[in-house]
Amino acid sequence: MDLQTAAQINSFLAAFVLLTAFGMLVQKRIYSLIHLFAWQGLLLSINTAIVGYVASKHHLYISSILTLSLKVFLLPYILHVLIVRLRIRREVETLVNIPMLMLIGLALVIFSYHLMAPVSELSKLITRSTLAVALATVMIGLLMMITRKHAVTQIIGFLAMENGLFFAATSATYGMPLVVELGVALDVLIAAFIFGIFFFHIHTTFDSLDVDQMARLKEGD
Amino acid sequence: MNVVMIFSPIEMASASILLLLVFAALAGLLSRAQSVLIGLFSVVATVASALASAAGALSVWNGTAERIILLLGLPDLPFHLRLDPLAGFFLTVIGLLSAAVSIYSAGYLKGFLGQRPVTRLVVFYCLFLAGMAMVVLADDALFFLISWEVMAAASYFLVMFEDERPETRKAAFVYLVIAHVGAIAILLSFGVMAGIATGFESFGGYTFDAMRQASFPLGWATAAFLLAFFGFAAKAGMVPLHVWLPDAHPAAPSNISALMSGVMLKTAVYGIIRVTFDLLREFPWWWGAIVLGLGIISALMGILYAMMEKDLKRLLAYSSVENIGIIITGLGLAMVFFSFKLSVLASLALTASLYHVMNHAMFKGLLFMGAGSVLHATHERNMEHMGGLIHRMPWTAALFLVGCISISALPPFNGFVSEWLTFQAFLLSPSLPSPLMKLFMPLGAALLALTAALAAATFVKAFGVTFLGHWRGEHSSSRIHEVDWLMRTGMLVTAVSCLCLGIFPATFIDWMDEIPLQLVGSRLSVSATASGWMWLTPVAQERASYSGIVVFAGSLLVYGIVYILLHVNPGKLHRGAIWDCGFQKLTNRMQYNATSFSMPFRRVFGFMVHVKEQVTLSPQTAHAAFPKRLHYTLRIRDRFWNWLYKPVADASFWIARKVGRLQQGRIQSYLIYSFVTIIVLLLLAAL
Repeated sequence: MDLQTAAQINSFLAAFVLLTAFGMLVQKRIYSLIHLFAWQGLLLSINTAIVGYVASKHHLYISSILTLSLKVFLLPYILHVLIVRLRIRREVETLVNIPMLMLIGLALVIFSYHLMAPVSELSKLITRSTLAVALATVMIGLLMMITRKHAVTQIIGFLAMENGLFFAATSATYGMPLVVELGVALDVLIAAFIFGIFFFHIHTTFDSLDVDQMARLKEGD
Repeated sequence: MNVVMIFSPIEMASASILLLLVFAALAGLLSRAQSVLIGLFSVVATVASALASAAGALSVWNGTAERIILLLGLPDLPFHLRLDPLAGFFLTVIGLLSAAVSIYSAGYLKGFLGQRPVTRLVVFYCLFLAGMAMVVLADDALFFLISWEVMAAASYFLVMFEDERPETRKAAFVYLVIAHVGAIAILLSFGVMAGIATGFESFGGYTFDAMRQASFPLGWATAAFLLAFFGFAAKAGMVPLHVWLPDAHPAAPSNISALMSGVMLKTAVYGIIRVTFDLLREFPWWWGAIVLGLGIISALMGILYAMMEKDLKRLLAYSSVENIGIIITGLGLAMVFFSFKLSVLASLALTASLYHVMNHAMFKGLLFMGAGSVLHATHERNMEHMGGLIHRMPWTAALFLVGCISISALPPFNGFVSEWLTFQAFLLSPSLPSPLMKLFMPLGAALLALTAALAAATFVKAFGVTFLGHWRGEHSSSRIHEVDWLMRTGMLVTAVSCLCLGIFPATFIDWMDEIPLQLVGSRLSVSATASGWMWLTPVAQERASYSGIVVFAGSLLVYGIVYILLHVNPGKLHRGAIWDCGFQKLTNRMQYNATSFSMPFRRVFGFMVHVKEQVTLSPQTAHAAFPKRLHYTLRIRDRFWNWLYKPVADASFWIARKVGRLQQGRIQSYLIYSFVTIIVLLLLAAL
């Protein structure tokens, strides 16, 4: 596989990552949301493996396998269990209507490309064109956290942001040092567990996972 | 003598600090045996203080600076200690007063036995003494600030000792706030100086040595000076940052008040001298003018408020504001003279200022201990409920009188010497080249004279109302007894120091001569002690001279003659009722009291304080001309609360409420804050 092909595959995967990000932004059903998240993880994992092969950075294989096992299987499984246990059936509602959300997302993507234009010119890496997509994924993840009311969708938004960062790391510098990546992976895993435990507690306390309920925790005047 | 030879002063000082810290750490072990703890504490604190005092005195005598570098603190930023004559002088003052107060404390703390445990007081007392000694020894900004905070925190807990009373908690809180605002200003000032000294890339500039070697541009030097002056003024209790003093002193136990007023305020004076004369070294004359002006305002306002007070300890606290004002005035004069290169005059003003530091420590310590003795015996702070205590507590009365004479600047005691020297410096101001300063100096001298006169009146009131006349309290005065010998010894030590400092000024000026030489480049002793140890001649014999010992001998002689004349014929002397002017049916409530004494001053100077007088007649009267009962209420408040502190407090609450709206409890809003911040930052980066 020569560099040209690799760059094309990379761009192709980036496009799909962005697509899944948009998908998650507008997806109302929670099961589909988790599936989209798993797909995004798979795309990331493949991308990492390809970058590792082209740049002959073999530690990227390890992080690729790590991504595969964590983000494609373990985390979606945990979230799935959570939903079943908490008997969440309700459709997820967004605060802003969906066309508006799409428009904001588009604006963010354009903004990211504008920001990353000077960086892409300087870079010599084959993956340089995908940096903007990575940044857009991060911002769309954050936007998702802002616009969703449900605690489970907020954690998915958080994990999507982390995906974006990971993608940025692979495309900007061919990945972070292995130690850092292992640490980040562990952090994400632990965060998921902690979120899971908190959800149970929030659910028993408020009898709901609607984060609006938590406004009651604010210190009164 | 051999001990002195073996150990250098700085080693003695460090040993004293170490002793105090170790005792503070171990005092908790003795908390079950309170009376043993008090005894041991008194011995340890006295020994450590005496050691520190000796170290300081020796260091001033040697006139050289010694250093120690301790590999403590942060990695790569060791603690620097340095004992030079200036630090040694303040160490002497601190050690001397704390030795006296520590003896006194042994008696005073026994009053708490059975009421409350004193372990906390003992621990923080030791930390407080160690903190003060560390402040003057510190030779880098880091160690200085750590010591400064140890001192501030320890004194906060000492003020908080009787924490069940709400006014104590409030006083301690106000003290803590002002102390910390000041500490921040000092920190920033050191930051500016360190930054100029070596740049902000390296940390090497934090030592005072690096600051001494740097040359500061005027703008930054002014910033550093103003910050430091503000910070130290907050600690010293200068107007308008004095409001914590009159609250904190009555709240604290009296031995603590004596230390805080006597020596803790002086560490701030030390800080100002260290920063201006040692670290910055070169400054324009208007710095001195600022210091001078604020000093005079402090002195005048302080004594006016003191005059209006009827609470003995609040009166003394306000009087500390006044005395700090006099010290700062002398310092300001020294700065003005120094900036015009008149080094002999600068050394005169600096010596006067330092001498007043020493004097004020002694007599204010004595007066607070005296007030503490009265409080110990009568459980009363309000002078309106005292009176006639001279019969019950003759020792305390006599010692308190010594303090009053000293603070009123009457010869032969010590207050006179330093105020006289300050006036001499003022009178020499016509030699200044600046016409503006020439114009304002006489005004300053006049205000200082007014202050001195008001101080004398205030202490006539303090002594007269407390110790003379009839007992005014509601209960009988028969339970009141003289305090024990430990407390009397503590007061006696300071009283004797007051007398010695008043009688042998030339000797003491000769001793501390090295300090003005090192700071302003000229020594005073050449002219001051030119006529031998008996005569103090600040500039020249022809101009002015004073001999404490001659005045002392003269007054003893007059006293002796009067005594003999009165007692040679015992029949001529007979006792009458007190203050009744021949009308023999006076009750206790008809006497001249504190409020009536200060009434003329309220009429004249009332516009400077916030006075609210109210007279109400009881309604059930047969005729309006013959009311049954008359209620007189007088409220005197510090104008600065409304002028300065209330607007600041209101503004901070207003801002806090406005900012508080950001917090609304919805996760989405918080996320939006981060999101918008990121977008804005990215935009800024892109532009």
